[in-house]
Amino acid sequence: MSRLSQFGHKLYTGEVSYNFIGNRRRWYIVSAILIAVSILSIGIRGLDWGIEFEGGADFQVQAAVTDATVEEFTDAVNNAGVADLGEVTVTTVGNDQVRVQTRSLEPVDEVPLVRSAIAEEAGVPTEQVAYSLIGASWGGQITDRALIALGVFLLLVTLVIWAYFRNWKMSVAALIALLHDLVLTIGVYALVGFTVTPATVIGVLTILGYSLYDTVVVFDKVRENVRDLTSSTRQTYSEAANLAVNQVLVRSINTTIIGVLPVAALLFTGAFILGEGPLKDLALALFVGMISGAYSSIFIATPLLAQLKEREPEMQKLTKRVLARRAKTDARTSAAGTATPVDATPYDPPIESADDATDEPSSPDTPARPRITVTSSQPAIVNRPGRPTSEGASGRPQPQHKPRSQRKR
Amino acid sequence: MATRGGHPGRTLIIFGLVVAALYGLMAISNNWTPKLGLDLQGGTTITLTAQNTDGTGQIDPNSLELARTIIQSRVDSLGVGETEVTTSGDRQIIVSVPNVQQDELVRLVGQTAVLRFRAVYAVEAVTPPPTATPSADPSGSAAPTTAPSGEASANPAPSASPSGDRRPAPQLPTAPPAPTTPRPTAPGQGTPPDKAIEWQPSEADQADFASFTCDQAGSFPDVADQPLIACDREQTEKYLLGPTLIEGTDLTTASAGVPQNQVQWVVNLEFNSDGAAAFESATGTLATRQPPENQFAIVLDSEVISAPSVSAAIPGGRAEISGNFNQQSATELANILKYGALPLAFEVSEVSNVSATLGGEQLRAGIIAGIIGLALVVGFCFLYYRGLGIVVVSSLAVAGLITYATVVLLGDSVGFALNLPGIAGMIVAIGVTADSFVIYFERIRDEVRDGRSLRTAIETGWIRARQTILIADAVSMLSAIILFILAIGSVKGFAFTLGLTTLIDVAVVFFFTKPLMTMLGRTRFFGQGHKWSGLSPDHLGVTALPGTRTRRPAPTATPATESEGI
Repeated sequence: MSRLSQFGHKLYTGEVSYNFIGNRRRWYIVSAILIAVSILSIGIRGLDWGIEFEGGADFQVQAAVTDATVEEFTDAVNNAGVADLGEVTVTTVGNDQVRVQTRSLEPVDEVPLVRSAIAEEAGVPTEQVAYSLIGASWGGQITDRALIALGVFLLLVTLVIWAYFRNWKMSVAALIALLHDLVLTIGVYALVGFTVTPATVIGVLTILGYSLYDTVVVFDKVRENVRDLTSSTRQTYSEAANLAVNQVLVRSINTTIIGVLPVAALLFTGAFILGEGPLKDLALALFVGMISGAYSSIFIATPLLAQLKEREPEMQKLTKRVLARRAKTDARTSAAGTATPVDATPYDPPIESADDATDEPSSPDTPARPRITVTSSQPAIVNRPGRPTSEGASGRPQPQHKPRSQRKR
Repeated sequence: MATRGGHPGRTLIIFGLVVAALYGLMAISNNWTPKLGLDLQGGTTITLTAQNTDGTGQIDPNSLELARTIIQSRVDSLGVGETEVTTSGDRQIIVSVPNVQQDELVRLVGQTAVLRFRAVYAVEAVTPPPTATPSADPSGSAAPTTAPSGEASANPAPSASPSGDRRPAPQLPTAPPAPTTPRPTAPGQGTPPDKAIEWQPSEADQADFASFTCDQAGSFPDVADQPLIACDREQTEKYLLGPTLIEGTDLTTASAGVPQNQVQWVVNLEFNSDGAAAFESATGTLATRQPPENQFAIVLDSEVISAPSVSAAIPGGRAEISGNFNQQSATELANILKYGALPLAFEVSEVSNVSATLGGEQLRAGIIAGIIGLALVVGFCFLYYRGLGIVVVSSLAVAGLITYATVVLLGDSVGFALNLPGIAGMIVAIGVTADSFVIYFERIRDEVRDGRSLRTAIETGWIRARQTILIADAVSMLSAIILFILAIGSVKGFAFTLGLTTLIDVAVVFFFTKPLMTMLGRTRFFGQGHKWSGLSPDHLGVTALPGTRTRRPAPTATPATESEGI
């Protein structure tokens, strides 16, 4: 674990840096595939809407489950004496529960018939048969209500994003990440084949909040890192954003783990102890949504934001300036006779350092040159003027006070 | 530096007192367990949707409230205790009855209340069921009278004033003997209202009436154009009634009041034009008859609410029922009459029935999920934050204590019932709460990495973490509020507990975790960055803790040798 702490520290300073933004195409493709799978599974498998939305009756009883159980209960219900019963679905949950679903029944006349038939088949008193009944028109109302809730929620979240970031590019990036999470969650739901209940809807709405919050955390850091960006030539916007992502990475992972752990417990108990009910419906939506929310804020929202920002003329100029400066520095380094600057640099990022940080169009054609120089050698202090930087033992590069011409590198 | 964190001790003590006060409140009300929802203790929930019979979309909130009262009294008549009838939204009534599995309940609740005016043909005092308090004044002869509105009542006889305490304890239906004559259960073949006044009881009707007992209540079909045998609410009298003279829907309004220059409470009725004409002709005929046939009965749900006698034809559609009313009984009768006139029909939208066994199992599963979730989070925090895990555990424990107390107190005061989605909300909130600590701890690390001393980092880190925690909780709170407003049915519980625990999280982080951190930062173990404290230089990722000027022994100075085994 302390190795992990060290790792977190290196991420923070930029010693270790994953190039999330530079590799954005990779992540876009990953997400595109995931979303395609989600949409396909929604389209092909469809969502299994619970009786709450369509109307129907659902009976649950404890009974020993054997191979013949489904058939026996189906027969029992069909012979209960209810006219036009239509299709009866009997499912077993675990090895001691039977669930019978029918069309919506008349509460006074028909429910007692079916209920007693089930009780008799299971060999328990009628009172032991739990049931819920949703009128058909009521189901329609609930569906409307859920859709309204979703609409209102999306609208409000958009407003909050807009009010919080005050920047349409951040808002757009956050919203796209949000939709990404939404589609992915519903897709997984369709794929797993859980029944959609009001609890599911609640879960889906809740993750909109989570996803937003994850993005807020990352974008906050990005904002902090780019505050005085244009007044220097140290970093491009993408690099500053990438550093921000790396800096919040450990926090993001911790937050997600801590948030997901209880949800996993819910999912586990809901699915394996209860078998049916709101716990697992809610938990699955939350489980997928939280993970997707953490993923999308890092891999989708931030690269998108950087991409949008890099289109601004100001940022393009900055990129040019930064690259020009680097070219100069590199030229000087080569002139100093150091054959392999990478090896000579003790702060070479050990991981992924070779990733090309800039596929920016303005990137000069110097493919072989390692792109480590700036992000790795003066990382954490870049945007923190005035902070103490002189811990000799910190293992970080120290500011050098020699004139540039005298430096030996 | 010692004053930088304010007075953590004082804050902690005040906070502890507040928590103790919560438990003091619980002790005062002597209630230590939360009120459980029906999905956890077993029971039946019925959602009724009101519809206007006249086809307009709006439902008058007063009408809905009136309907709620009537349904409440119907459910109460089952005597199952702890029933709850609430209105929800602009057209729903939710009936919650714990531990009752009777199909009877659904029937009783779902039926539309029928108020009818019928002529009385025979009245007979009956022995009240043994459980009823023997009444000293048999009110058989004491019928209230009806007079044209504004006139003084000619016969101020005392009435059978409804008094709740005389209501017999509900009884289990003990398979009453069916009426000897089969009765039609659907209208259509009987006497229409305009002929109803001329109807005369047959031999069979008389025989049935003779053998009728009040514990058979409800067994006699209440059909509009057929005669009815029914009892009054106290079950002290039985009535043989003719077919319906006037439907309750012909009543436009009813009110209780004291007429000018009088002291007695009366109930005023007003009919629409159809009702007024029918009422005039009916009262005209009734007034000529001999007692007890000069009475008409107001029947609600097969129960005689009142049977005033008539002394003259009452024209104009306005009438006044006088008798021995007090304010309460007059208002009650007026309300019943109004309800009969309500243009509302109820549809059973949803019935949810959970057996006590299943409820117990759901409760158990919820608790298991909570324990697993808590254990996982605590385990992770100890693993990652080591000594700081103590902060996490104690903060979570405090948050848990407060949440428990709040839920119990809310159950006591506003009837908040904890249901399964509610438990899920709490479990999800474990993550939300623990996340606040992650934010704070990570901030402290960042500050130390930036070269601050540990004690300073605890303070400066807090200032920055505070904002993030507030934003995170604001987002969570916003979700909870919107969900609560928009949520459907029982999942409201999720939104509620999520919101509640978010608020508690803010309180705990501000008034417990932060002062605790400040205090711990002053201890040797944490403040000097002991290797198990979670604040060791190695753990924070720096070679040495800035600001700890003490010369520390070798182990902490050489990170490489430190506990890698975790």
